[in-house]
Amino acid sequence: MNNSLLFDFTVDKAAKTVYITREFDAELSLVWDAFTKAELIDQWIAPKPMTAKTKYQDFKVGGKRFYAMISPEGQERWAIQEYTSITPKTNFKMYNAFADAAENPELPGSEWDHTFSEQNATTKVNITIYNESLERLERILDGFTQGMKMSLANLENLLATLSKK
Amino acid sequence: MRRDIFQAIADPTRRAIIALIALQSMTPNAIADNFHTTRQSVSKHLRILTECQLVKQEQQGREIYYSLEIEKMKEIDKWIEQFRKIWETRFNQLDNVLSTMKKQKK
Repeated sequence: MNNSLLFDFTVDKAAKTVYITREFDAELSLVWDAFTKAELIDQWIAPKPMTAKTKYQDFKVGGKRFYAMISPEGQERWAIQEYTSITPKTNFKMYNAFADAAENPELPGSEWDHTFSEQNATTKVNITIYNESLERLERILDGFTQGMKMSLANLENLLATLSKK
Repeated sequence: MRRDIFQAIADPTRRAIIALIALQSMTPNAIADNFHTTRQSVSKHLRILTECQLVKQEQQGREIYYSLEIEKMKEIDKWIEQFRKIWETRFNQLDNVLSTMKKQKK
């Protein structure tokens, strides 16, 4: 892993916006694909031990990606992304909202903006996420930390079982 | 009523109040002197901050002094840090995906 790659993360609570900048040691077209093709997104978007699965994706303006984040226990949290603007290999915007398994969105959601640029074979991605509701951000975080806690609890149980033997 | 800590700091006047009393504890009048707003409005902000447990009150003689609850402020930092961690994990995973993609291309 290359540690000299830039990673910047700031939260402006007044503007209800999260700003994320990250560099990747890869050419822009690969990074663009990793952010826009469901089969690739599913490989990295869910922080371990969570996993992600996309039910369908239609990457065009007005098209959607319907996907779930799955906890180690198999609990699915569905969400819908609707692509609102696409400039190939430069920028794409989407509206993200939680949903139920029947694709009914729970509004409000969040507005995502991704900008890609390449310099010296390094690709920089700027992401801004605007949340109408900060409580929603907290909910996202709760979901992830619960997933982590559950897997830690599993590990503890496993260790306890092993030590009894 | 338990209030959301982020609601408390979503308001610019309340953030300014936090910045002021982070330096020293102050009376409501002294705080109000720093704003072009009514004493009533400052009191309202102080009440919200108190309900969020971001500030504490202390009686000194006839005056009430407001000061900052540093520990509560740290909660916000922790919250952001957890978020940062999620993205860090995500991007490390993405680094791996990209390096696999590079190899496949060759």
